[in-house]
Amino acid sequence: MNNQVIRPDYSIIAEWIEPGSRVLDLGCGDGTLLDYLNFNKSVTGYGIEIDDDNITKCIRAGVNVIHSDLNEGLSEFDEDSFDYVVLSLTLQAMQRPDLLLQEMMRVGSEGIVTFPNFGNWKARLQLALGGHMPVTRSLPNTWYNTPNIHLCTIKDFEQLCKKLGFEILESRAVDHVHKSGLGLKLFPNLLGQVAMYRFRRV
Amino acid sequence: MPDKIDPDSVGIVTPSSAHFDQPIQLTSGEVIDQFDLVYETYGSLNAERSNAVLVCHALSSNHHAAGYHSQEDRKPGWWENMVGPGKCVDTNRFFVVCCNNLGGCFGSTGPSSINPKTNKQYGPDFPLITVRDWVESQARLSDHLGINVWAAVVGGSLGGMQVMQWSIDYPERLRHAVVIAAAPKLTAQNIAFNEVARQAIRTDPDFHDGRYYDHNTEPARGLRIARMLGHITYLSDDIMGEKFGRDLRDGKIDFDYDVEFQVESYLRYQADSFVGGFDANTYLLMTKVLDYFDPADAHGGNLSAAMKSAIADFMVISFTSDWRFAPARSREIVKALHDNDLNVSYAEVTANQGHDAFLMKIDHYVEVFSAYMNRVAAEAGV
Repeated sequence: MNNQVIRPDYSIIAEWIEPGSRVLDLGCGDGTLLDYLNFNKSVTGYGIEIDDDNITKCIRAGVNVIHSDLNEGLSEFDEDSFDYVVLSLTLQAMQRPDLLLQEMMRVGSEGIVTFPNFGNWKARLQLALGGHMPVTRSLPNTWYNTPNIHLCTIKDFEQLCKKLGFEILESRAVDHVHKSGLGLKLFPNLLGQVAMYRFRRV
Repeated sequence: MPDKIDPDSVGIVTPSSAHFDQPIQLTSGEVIDQFDLVYETYGSLNAERSNAVLVCHALSSNHHAAGYHSQEDRKPGWWENMVGPGKCVDTNRFFVVCCNNLGGCFGSTGPSSINPKTNKQYGPDFPLITVRDWVESQARLSDHLGINVWAAVVGGSLGGMQVMQWSIDYPERLRHAVVIAAAPKLTAQNIAFNEVARQAIRTDPDFHDGRYYDHNTEPARGLRIARMLGHITYLSDDIMGEKFGRDLRDGKIDFDYDVEFQVESYLRYQADSFVGGFDANTYLLMTKVLDYFDPADAHGGNLSAAMKSAIADFMVISFTSDWRFAPARSREIVKALHDNDLNVSYAEVTANQGHDAFLMKIDHYVEVFSAYMNRVAAEAGV
């Protein structure tokens, strides 16, 4: 456990996180990321999760998990309680992504967000030429049955950060295996399937 | 007992008793010079003494958490669902201890015990107790059993409050704290229900100012009403509707005051089976213990400050339909714990059984509880 091979986006997140810091992982799933960070970066902190099975898995793995609905905000956490607040592939499923991002910046010094990039060429192509809502590797659901209710592109996200007064410290666009090559660096919004950001309040 | 013992029951158990002759200074300022605690243990203590788990009981239960007292015993202990071989609190791995709390009426010193100063039952002279006093007395029992550090202290409802108090008063003496269906303090509504229960007992003509033992009677009517009221608060509206609805016992309205609706039958049955086995003064006392519990009070109402001394890892569990100690109350506890950077996990279990859900086998509850206790066991090396 703990140091096994994990999703490449998790290892990028882990690179961004200073050892020994306090982390809040929003929508922490089965606790893999926190478990990895606990083991490799000696972080402390909590995961927030709403799915019963995932909560059981976290407890089994020894990951601190708190049952809570992110759509209700983070009011149970005080300001500046964490060094990092992570939101991994969950932003697009929130009722109000903008409010959650603001909550993240209230309780944490830095935010780390990853989301499926709707600006990816495959999505654009399917919509522009196919005339239908895109179904891709990073967005596998049909439009009528999807948790992803607030899809955005890299451009949209960066505009929102600007509007909310966040300073982007680092970003990465990666493909479906979460690798980031030269093409992705040059044309992130076109080629990136998953976008990754680290940001803070200005 | 049923004809055959379930393999997942601890089977026949025998209570023990410990006598303490060092006076105990109570929160109220009163002193009890000597007292007894009756307790049960299940499983065996390992050589390292690292596998002991203390189970704290709720309002009206006792030391008999699991198993049967005899072949004739029809009902097992109150937490049979959770305590036993292979269960959440696995007696194959843990040495489990549960005592009847001070002030109880199942063998521990309480209002129905003989006051050595008067050679009569204490009755109303028995001092009022707090959760802190219970923890103090349980710590004495720990010493008596040679247990320096509990692998875990666990409890539901009022039992969960004792777990919290343990983590505050004896932080070094427990590694894990499991707080189930509890609250950091009672609300005005909670206290109000308790007061109605107390008034029912105290205004019963057979109460005799608490000295009913001298009159060879007991305030049975008051105790019955108190118990009925309690039961209403232990269940949810949903489960009552599901269990009884507006079902009529005889299938028709009889236009009299006998039992007509099934729910009336249920409440009367609960009341009947309670009276005769539970001392009314103890019931009064236990409701007061609940009312007084408020660890934040000494810290200007700041629960996070109250929990500052705690170092244990916590598991907090609540149930969605529990309106007596609703999930929001558990979240207050969780907040105080993460405010102090403590390790804490919190599960909100979807259940329609109300407050009583903590006694029941509910899939997700059993899953998280056993997952957590597995970690406790692994750390204890068992």
